Amino acid sequence: MARLLDVLRAAGLTGTKEGCGEGECGACAVLLNGALVNSCLTPLAHAAGAAITTIEGLASDEQLHAVQQAFLDCGGAQCGICTPGMVLAAVSLLRQNPNPTEDAVREGLAGNLCRCTGYGRIFAAVLEACRRMPQATA
Amino acid sequence: MQPGAGGSAVRREGRAKLTGRALYVDDVAPPGLIHGVTIRSPVSRGTIRGLRFDPSLDWSEYTIVTAADIPGINIVKLIADDQPYLADRVVQHAEEPVLLVAHPDPMRAEAARRLITIDIDPLPPVLSMDEASEEFKRYSVVKGDVDRALSAADLVVVEGDYSTGAQEQLYIEPNGMIAVADREHGGVTVWGSMQCPYYIHGALAALLNLPEARVRVVQMETGGGFGGKEEYPTIIAGHAALLAWKSGRPVKMIYGRSEDMASTTKRHPSRTRHRTAVTRDGQLVAMDIDFVLDGGAYCTLSPVVLSRGTIHAAGPYDCPNVRVRGRVVKTNVPPHGAFRGFGAPQSIFALERQMDRVAQAVGLDPAEFRRRNFVRNGDTLAVGQTIREPVDMHALLQRALTLSGFAAKRAAFARANPSARVRKGIGLATFMHGAGFTGSGEVHLASVVTVEGAADGGVRVLAASTEIGQGTNTIFSQIAAEALGLEIDDIEIAQPDTAVVPNSGPTVASRTCMVVGKLVESAATGIRRTLVDSGYLPSTYTRAQFHHACERYIARFGDLRSTSQYTPPPNVRWDDETYTGDAYATYAWAAYVAEVSVDLVTWEIHVDDFVAVQEVGRVINPTLATGQIEGGVAQGIGWALYEDVVWREGRMANAQMTNYIMPTSMDLPPIRVYFEEVPYAGGPGGAKGIGELPMDGAAPAIFNAVAHATNLDPRDLPLTPERLLSLWAARHA
Repeated sequence: MARLLDVLRAAGLTGTKEGCGEGECGACAVLLNGALVNSCLTPLAHAAGAAITTIEGLASDEQLHAVQQAFLDCGGAQCGICTPGMVLAAVSLLRQNPNPTEDAVREGLAGNLCRCTGYGRIFAAVLEACRRMPQATA
Repeated sequence: MQPGAGGSAVRREGRAKLTGRALYVDDVAPPGLIHGVTIRSPVSRGTIRGLRFDPSLDWSEYTIVTAADIPGINIVKLIADDQPYLADRVVQHAEEPVLLVAHPDPMRAEAARRLITIDIDPLPPVLSMDEASEEFKRYSVVKGDVDRALSAADLVVVEGDYSTGAQEQLYIEPNGMIAVADREHGGVTVWGSMQCPYYIHGALAALLNLPEARVRVVQMETGGGFGGKEEYPTIIAGHAALLAWKSGRPVKMIYGRSEDMASTTKRHPSRTRHRTAVTRDGQLVAMDIDFVLDGGAYCTLSPVVLSRGTIHAAGPYDCPNVRVRGRVVKTNVPPHGAFRGFGAPQSIFALERQMDRVAQAVGLDPAEFRRRNFVRNGDTLAVGQTIREPVDMHALLQRALTLSGFAAKRAAFARANPSARVRKGIGLATFMHGAGFTGSGEVHLASVVTVEGAADGGVRVLAASTEIGQGTNTIFSQIAAEALGLEIDDIEIAQPDTAVVPNSGPTVASRTCMVVGKLVESAATGIRRTLVDSGYLPSTYTRAQFHHACERYIARFGDLRSTSQYTPPPNVRWDDETYTGDAYATYAWAAYVAEVSVDLVTWEIHVDDFVAVQEVGRVINPTLATGQIEGGVAQGIGWALYEDVVWREGRMANAQMTNYIMPTSMDLPPIRVYFEEVPYAGGPGGAKGIGELPMDGAAPAIFNAVAHATNLDPRDLPLTPERLLSLWAARHA
């Protein structure tokens, strides 16, 4: 059966990336009914009738989501290949925990690998987004 | 006005990356595409007897390419002419490409892998450096007379062997290429993930027997490189181009993670032997260093990796007698290649661990021992390079010691450790990293950058230097904006496309900001000078005046372009014959401190704190620069502790992210980054190179910290729990 990842990408939603195809790197992460999942490990049938948010669905027109804006301002993206999954993981984390400590951010992003940043600018971005974000829009 | 050099401008392509609009090679699909896969040797060495195609498959649906289909030369154009695109008769390593197949359905292309058998008569392979007899390259650096110095009385002599393992690149975007060929008119275009468009450009012309003007190479957004996309993408581009040439259809080749890990270039494994003589008060007298790299089965870039490793092997120290013998040997494993640091992390790891051991032998604190031996302005390095910059290693070290609380922690940990299950340690490393190509490399490259003005007043930078996450687009924009007194948004960075941009050289060697950025600065300055000298622009001007001047100049003369070509800074001389002189135009300098916990029950090592102090000239963009240091330190921590390439019969046994472990967000300490800014006249706005430097210091600082925590003497990297446990068991047997 097709993977959710392949179906999304074939539909032109190429912001969802394939880094490893075995659920280790998180580059293909999307929100499925609000829960963060690796779309490379999600058979299409599991997504039947579900609401799926990919990176393309996060920003409204030219207005970036607070997490995206904070990543931009804090240098949270370098090569950008882990970025869509990382941003969605951060959004998912902040929905569950609107005021995380740095340790909670580390734990919340532990399923998303980044080889460029050493994660420091990413932690800064998530904490900055949290400061800027009225809780209602999280 | 937005900040020019010196400001943390946001990443130019950041918005596209954050919204998923940035296009990487796998995100595009030309119509009529077929998918290519590479069929590889399962054995490390042998003679190819034949190919068998399982008759259960209809092979007429497939495009199949072997060495016999190659129109031009079956040699990957690089340093030595030894590596074929497709093995013909003999295989030299496991995973060596033997044939290519392509099919419109990617699943059926994949299925073909299992239905093709390569019959090979195996030959005995060489699978370790110790067994190797062939060398790709050897270098020798000699200063003073090491043998005579060592024979003097009343010296303390310390010996040590050190080793480092292979390191997988693990960029999160696997390699990939798309090729379109036009056999009728004789031409080929490739789009892909790469660092060096012009490497591929020259290589494809030779492979397909085409004039260079008929080859076009376009870089797509590239999801990390680190050196791993310096030379190997040439092979993938060649394969995709061969399939496109034969089939007449667009071909996409995207590596799966496992194939990428098993087949493509890794950091060279190394073995270093040190013999160091010091006076009883800790003055270096002689350093005798033997440095060996495992090159794998083909030469690739190994001679230049060896060169950088050899030159950095004696470190930022003033020693009257130095002998470094470097060699890279041939084995039958997949070729190793460029990886951030390029040989220097290996030799610096050995040296900095050795320096701690020598300090201990003469009863000195590791910081004090280094202080007594640091190189200073006017001193001469082993290759004969006299330092002519205001280097202050003492200040860098002092700042790192203060920020990390080194002295107090060293004492406190030593007191608390004997009764603790979790032992604490703190260690340091001091080092330098040469910026730009080694020796006369930049002179040979003769890189070119063009800057052009547009009628709407916009300015475009044309260079082949690639954005691979490190910040090329943003840095070049800042440099051009500052040179022209414009805003960053006025500057456009052209997509690297060999049909459009000149050859500014490869994106490697910490050269993009310093060397190519300087060309951007000077070409941009040329635009301004042209407009001012021709009377279209006053010498001080507003942005609106600049736009208006561009418009009028272009209306009158047709175009507005300025090109700059590299010329070496004054007084920088290198002799390739004697391997002496100014190895690098300048160096970045650094002092790093790592604090670790070692659990004596689980044998886990955790880095608790990391302080990175460096002098990289002027910092053009503090946010990007900090990100470079943090990311490099993270890769260094992974290399030191976690990243273990397991070899079985010359093949990577753990070619998966599941069991090749890179640091996650939970594994890394706060990485605290500090810059001392000493402007360097040869770089744009005073900047030097930065990208590779942070790879050098983490591993030795961590090993020195573990030695402090445990009183063990770890010398082999990576320091996995199993290795640490066996060191402990041997000591306490």
